[in-house]
Amino acid sequence: MSLSPEQVRQVAHLARLQLNPEQVEPYARQLTDILGMVDRLSAADTAGVSPMAHPLDMVQRLRPDVISEADRRDDYQAIAPETQDGLYLVPKVIE
Amino acid sequence: MHKLSIAELAAGLREKRFSSRELTQAYLKRIDSFDGAINSYVTVTAERALKQADAADARIAAGDAGLLTGIPLGQKDIFCTTGVRTACGSQMLDKFIAPYDATIVEKLDAAGMVMLGKLNMDEFAMGSSNETSFYGPVSNPWDKTRVPGGSSGGSVAAVAAGLCPVATATDTGGSIRQPAALTNLTGIKPTYGRVSRYGMIAFASSLDQAGVVARSAEDAAQVLQAMSGFDAKDSTSVERPVDDLVSGLGQSIKGLTIGLPKEYFADGMAPGVRARVEEAIATLTRLGVNFREISLPNSPLSVPTYYVVAPAEASSNLARFDGVRYGHRAEGAKSLEELYKRSRGEGFGAEVQRRIMIGTYVLSHGYYDAYYLQAQKVRRLIYDDFKRAFADGIDLILGPTATDVAFKFGQNSDDPVAMYLNDIYTIAANLAGIPAMSLPCGFVDGLPTGFQLMGNFFSEARMLNVAHQYQQATDFHTQWPTEYAS
Amino acid sequence: MSRIPEGWEAVIGLEVHCQLSTQSKIFSGSAIAYGAEPNTQASPIDLGMPGMLPVLNVDAVKKAVTFGLSVGAKIAPRSVFARKHYFYPDLPKGYQISQYELPIVFEGHLDIELEDGASKRIGITRAHLEEDAGKSVHEGFQKSSGIDLNRAGTPLIEIVSEPDIRTAAEAVAYLKKLHQIVVYLGICDGNMQEGSFRCDANVSVRKVGAPKFGTRTETKNVNSFRYVEKAIEYEIERQIEVIEAGGTIRQETRLFNPDTGETRAMRSKEDANDYRYFPDPDLLPVVCTPEYIDAIRGSLPELPDAKRARFEKDFGLSDYDAKTLTSSRELAAYYEAVVAASGAEAKLCANWVATDLLGALNKLSKDITESPISADALAGMLKRIADKTISGKLAKDVFEAMLNGEGSADDIIKAKGLVQITDESAIIAAIDDVIARNPQQVADYRSGKDKLFGFFVGQAMKATQGKANPDALNRLLKERLAG
Repeated sequence: MSLSPEQVRQVAHLARLQLNPEQVEPYARQLTDILGMVDRLSAADTAGVSPMAHPLDMVQRLRPDVISEADRRDDYQAIAPETQDGLYLVPKVIE
Repeated sequence: MHKLSIAELAAGLREKRFSSRELTQAYLKRIDSFDGAINSYVTVTAERALKQADAADARIAAGDAGLLTGIPLGQKDIFCTTGVRTACGSQMLDKFIAPYDATIVEKLDAAGMVMLGKLNMDEFAMGSSNETSFYGPVSNPWDKTRVPGGSSGGSVAAVAAGLCPVATATDTGGSIRQPAALTNLTGIKPTYGRVSRYGMIAFASSLDQAGVVARSAEDAAQVLQAMSGFDAKDSTSVERPVDDLVSGLGQSIKGLTIGLPKEYFADGMAPGVRARVEEAIATLTRLGVNFREISLPNSPLSVPTYYVVAPAEASSNLARFDGVRYGHRAEGAKSLEELYKRSRGEGFGAEVQRRIMIGTYVLSHGYYDAYYLQAQKVRRLIYDDFKRAFADGIDLILGPTATDVAFKFGQNSDDPVAMYLNDIYTIAANLAGIPAMSLPCGFVDGLPTGFQLMGNFFSEARMLNVAHQYQQATDFHTQWPTEYAS
Repeated sequence: MSRIPEGWEAVIGLEVHCQLSTQSKIFSGSAIAYGAEPNTQASPIDLGMPGMLPVLNVDAVKKAVTFGLSVGAKIAPRSVFARKHYFYPDLPKGYQISQYELPIVFEGHLDIELEDGASKRIGITRAHLEEDAGKSVHEGFQKSSGIDLNRAGTPLIEIVSEPDIRTAAEAVAYLKKLHQIVVYLGICDGNMQEGSFRCDANVSVRKVGAPKFGTRTETKNVNSFRYVEKAIEYEIERQIEVIEAGGTIRQETRLFNPDTGETRAMRSKEDANDYRYFPDPDLLPVVCTPEYIDAIRGSLPELPDAKRARFEKDFGLSDYDAKTLTSSRELAAYYEAVVAASGAEAKLCANWVATDLLGALNKLSKDITESPISADALAGMLKRIADKTISGKLAKDVFEAMLNGEGSADDIIKAKGLVQITDESAIIAAIDDVIARNPQQVADYRSGKDKLFGFFVGQAMKATQGKANPDALNRLLKERLAG
C-alpha cells in the first residue's frame, strides 16, 4: 500500500493538519514505509477471531447521577486563548 | 546522598541525619549543576518542592510519616499538575497549566513525596529516543552523544544521573522499559488498569499505563505501591486491592518456572546484548529458577499491530487539541478551518503528525476493516499466546528489552520504521495488558543493557521479587556513569 | 397540506435526539440545567481537557433501557460506546462519544394513528446513548462566534426510525407519539423550544413502484412539530421539482429556515464526512443483565395506549374522551383522581375534565399541572351534582366561581344560595303560579301544542332562579299541565 502526496493531503485535511508543501513528499514516503510494515498484518489468519478492543475483561462501571462539579469557569478560562463574556471565541462559524 | 536508595533516604530522614529540605536542596543543586548538559527537566519546581519538603519535615517530626514522606521524585511531564505547566513534550501545550492534578500526582503528594520538577519526554510520548520533544533531546548520562531511549527519556536520564532518586514514567509500547534498559535502571509497567490514567495525557488509551523508573526493584516497588489502586474517575481502573509489592521481595525464587520465548531469541538482538541476557539467565538458574523454552508465535506481528492500534487511538485522542479552549492557537486565523489546521500544523511536531495521519488513515472509510479491525484481531492472537503460556505452568517470561544499547542521536530520525523496531520486544505486553519490567544485566562496550520480565495479570509482586533477588546476586544496577557517581 | 403529486412517493426516516432528564451529565458530574450562564456547567471532562476521562451515568443507562422497553425494543446485553470524529467548535474532544455498531436499544416499533383512524406501525431501528454537543452563539459578535459548552455532555438518546414514513403528516404523528411516550416515562422533559426533543428528517422521493430509494437529504434540528411538517413538505416538493427538471438530488445536510419555510444546504457540512468510528478505549462495554432489564420492565408506568384502552373499558368512555384524557400522564392522573374522589359517574367526570376544565385551562394558557382547580376540588363539585344538591346548570356557575378562586364547591353553593330546590311543594307553587299567569299558553298546550312544554320549563326555572331540580320540575310540570 503506498500513499501518494495527494492522499497525504487528503488525510492531513481530515486530521486538520496544515502541511508545508515541502513536507508532503517526505511524509508520503514515510507513511508508505509505515503502511508497508503494517501490511504484514494482512497475512495473519484471523478467521473466526473476535477483535480485541481492550486488554481488560471488565464491564463499564456506572457512577451515581449526582452533580459533583462546581462552577470553576474562571479557572478553566484562564488558560483559554480567547474568551469573551464567558464564551470561547473562534472565527465566525458559518452553518 | 544522591546514591542512597529510598529505604536509606527514609531512614536518614527518620533518624534526622538530614531533613527533607536539605535533601531537596541537594537534589535541586545537582539539577542546577548537571541538567544543562542532560536536559532531563523541562520545568524545575523548586519553590513547590521546598514547600512540600517543609510539610514533609513537619510530618516526620510529628511522627506522621510514611516510607515515602520527604523523598524527592521527578514527574514525567505527561501527568497534569495543578499550577505547574504540563507540556507533554509539545509546543501545543507549551503554555498549558492544568487546573487539576493527575490521580497519581495526588497520591504521591499525599504520600509526602516531594516533586522536584517535570521531566522531558518525547512529544505526546511518541518516540523511542526522546528526540521528538519540543524541549530538545535528552542526553544519555552514560554517553552524552547517545539517546536515553524514549518516550520517558527525561525520567531515566534524571534518575541515572542522580538528579532525582526515582521518577514516574509511562509506557504505551515500551516507553518505560526501553529507556530503563538504555540507562541501567529498573523500570516497571504494571498491569493495564492498575494505576489510574486520570490526569495522564492520553497517547493510546488502551495501551497507556503509568509506572516507575528507579535504581532498584526495591525502590520501584515502594513507589509503585503508592501509585497503584482503584480510581473511580477512570473507567478502566481495576477495582481490586493492591497486592503488597514490598514485603515479599525477600522470598526465595527457587522452583519458579520462567519461559523463554524462542521468537525473542531469534535474530535481531545485538550479540553483546544477547550475551548479557544469557548471563542473566545463568544467574537466575543459579538462584533456582527453572527455564523452559516457549513459543509466542504471533509476537512478530506485535509491531505492525501496535502501529495500527496506537496511531488510531492517538489520532482520536489528539483531536481535542484545536486551539479553542487551551493550548497553542495560530495567530490571525480568518476561518475556523484555518484556525484548526494552522494551530495543529504549528503545535504538533513531525512524529506526532505522522502518527495522527497514519491513525486517521487506518480508521477512515474503506480502510477500517483491513487495518484497524484486522489489528484488533491480531491483538487477540497475541494476547492468546500469553494466556496459553501462563496457563501452561509458566510463572514469568524473560527476554531482551531492547535490541541493542543506546544509539547515537540522529541515527534513526529519518527512518520511522527503523525507529519503531526499537520496541519489538516491549510492545506485546502493552497489547496484552500484562505487567512487564526491565532491569539491568550488564554492559556492552561500557553501555548498559537490560533484560525484560513479563508476567501474568497482576503478577507485579512476583516479578519484583525475582528482580530483587536477581539484584541481590548482581551489582550491575549499582553502577553509575562516572561523571555522576560522586 | 400539500399533496404529493400523482406517481411520486416520499420515503422518510426520522432521527430524534431526546435529552434525558438526569441530574448530571452522561460522563461527568456537571449540572445540565437549562439557561445557565455560558460555560458555568462545563467541567474539564466536558471541555475535553487533556487527561480527562469519562465515567458513565447510571441513570442515563436506566432511562435508555426504559425507553427501549416502552417501544417493544430489544435491549443489548452488551453495548459499546464508540467515538464519532469531526472537527467543530461545539465538539470539544474532536469526537462525540456515541454508540455505533452495538447500540443499547434496537428493533422496536411505534404504532401511530393515521388521519383516517387506521393504525400504522413505524419501525424503530435503534436508540443509542450519546453525549450532546455544545452551542455556538453568533449574536453580538462581528467576526467571531462564541462557544458555550454547558450543553456538551448532556445525555441523549438518538432514536432512529426505519424509513417507514411516507408523508409529513405521518412524520408528525410519529413524533407526537414519541414525544408523548418519553414525557410519560419521565425520561425527557419534552421541551422542544429548549432543544430537549429535536428532530432530523431524512427525506427522499421516488416514483411509486421504484425498487430502490432515492438519494436522501438530512434536514437538521427542526424544533417544532409544525416545522417538521413544513420542512418535510418543502423537501419533498423541492426534490420532485429537481428530478422533474432533469436534475439529481445530492446527499447532503440541510437546514430549515422557519421564517421562509425553506431548507438550504449547510455550508459547514459540505465535506463528505468520514467519522472514523471506533470503540472508545476509555469506556468498557455496558452490560444489561436480564435481571436488570426485568426490574426496569416491572417499574414501567402504564403507557398511553394501554391507559386509553383501560379508560374505555373501565370507565366506559368514548375513544375520543379516552384519547383526550390520556394525552398526558398528569391529565390522566387528574381524571382518575376526580373519579375516585367524587364517586360520580365516570362519564360525567370525563365531560367536566375534558370539556369544561381543559377549555378553561386552554383560555388561561395553563397546563393541567397548573390548574387552579385541584382534582379534589373538582370532585367536591361533582359530588354535589351526583347527590343532586346542584343541577348541571348551576354547576357551571359553581365551576366559574371555583376557577376565580372563590373557594370550594360547598362554600360557593352556600354563599350564593345555589342549593337546588328539591322540595316538591315549593316547585309546585312556582308551577302553579306560571300556569295561572299564562292561561292562553296552557290552553294551547292542552289542545296539543306539545312544543310549548319547553316554554313552561323555562318560566318555572326562571321563577325558581334556576334552582329547581330539573327532574322534579319536569315531572311535576307534566302532572300539573295535564290538569
